[in-house]
Amino acid sequence: MPIEVFRIDDRLIHGQVVVGWGQPLELAFIVLVDDDVAASEWEQDLYRMGVPPEMRVHFESVAGALTHLPEYQQMTPPGLLLTGDTVTMRQLVEGGASIPRVNVGGLHHQTERVPRLRYVFLTPEEEADLTAIAARGVDVAAQDLPGASAVPLADLLTGRGE
Amino acid sequence: MSDGPRAIVAAHGQFAAGLVSAVACIAGEAAAARLVPLSNATLGGAELAEALRQAVESSGARVVFTDLPAGSCTIAARRVARDHPGLAVVCGANLPLLLSFAVASPGASVTLREAVDKARAAMLVAGEAPRAD
Repeated sequence: MPIEVFRIDDRLIHGQVVVGWGQPLELAFIVLVDDDVAASEWEQDLYRMGVPPEMRVHFESVAGALTHLPEYQQMTPPGLLLTGDTVTMRQLVEGGASIPRVNVGGLHHQTERVPRLRYVFLTPEEEADLTAIAARGVDVAAQDLPGASAVPLADLLTGRGE
Repeated sequence: MSDGPRAIVAAHGQFAAGLVSAVACIAGEAAAARLVPLSNATLGGAELAEALRQAVESSGARVVFTDLPAGSCTIAARRVARDHPGLAVVCGANLPLLLSFAVASPGASVTLREAVDKARAAMLVAGEAPRAD
């Protein structure tokens, strides 16, 4: 499967993504799906700066990702698709993208969010997004790093993850 | 000796606090007081940028040291620097770099690039090292 990980992470490209997942899985590319970043050269330069030269970064809007995802899924070696929020991933799933599982990698503290794990805080709307994604047959679990235990959505939502 | 905070050290986990603690052990509390540690723990990208912005503005720091070039602290620091012309962002901070910076007198002519060159030169392999892989 050319896209190994479909991750939700509000830090977008950062150390856990590039090093924590990128190196052990030998990921060759990242597809960053975010309408704002896709419309801003400055934002793209910001995220491109720290990525090692052997790793390519593709910036897509939601619409662009839905169009180009079949091409990314033909690529080898494998890559990682990244969204910064639950609603973007939900749009991809409901837009028909073939996504077998979603990794909730990091949604951090905000005043309106409730803590679920050390690295996952959720609003009711975000919980509804994740539930809607799972209802489409997608395996949704929280996992910050490859060596950590995956926390299934049901446990995540009931606070039984840790 | 200290003329107040001059730099923010932003890093993963407790790395920034550890580095500043080590500066205090080696160069004294006054030197360490020039460095303000900031952890990215539990903070999302936007929240980290806001915390860093507040730290820069409240301290008057002109430099942000970060750990990983691809890390969230560096991304946040570059966002803040966009709105603060003259704010330098230095990635890959280590103890020699922070010591060079913290012990320099306020009017010293040591540039950040010179401090980075010294810090880079301080990294070496002593003896035969095992392969990283």
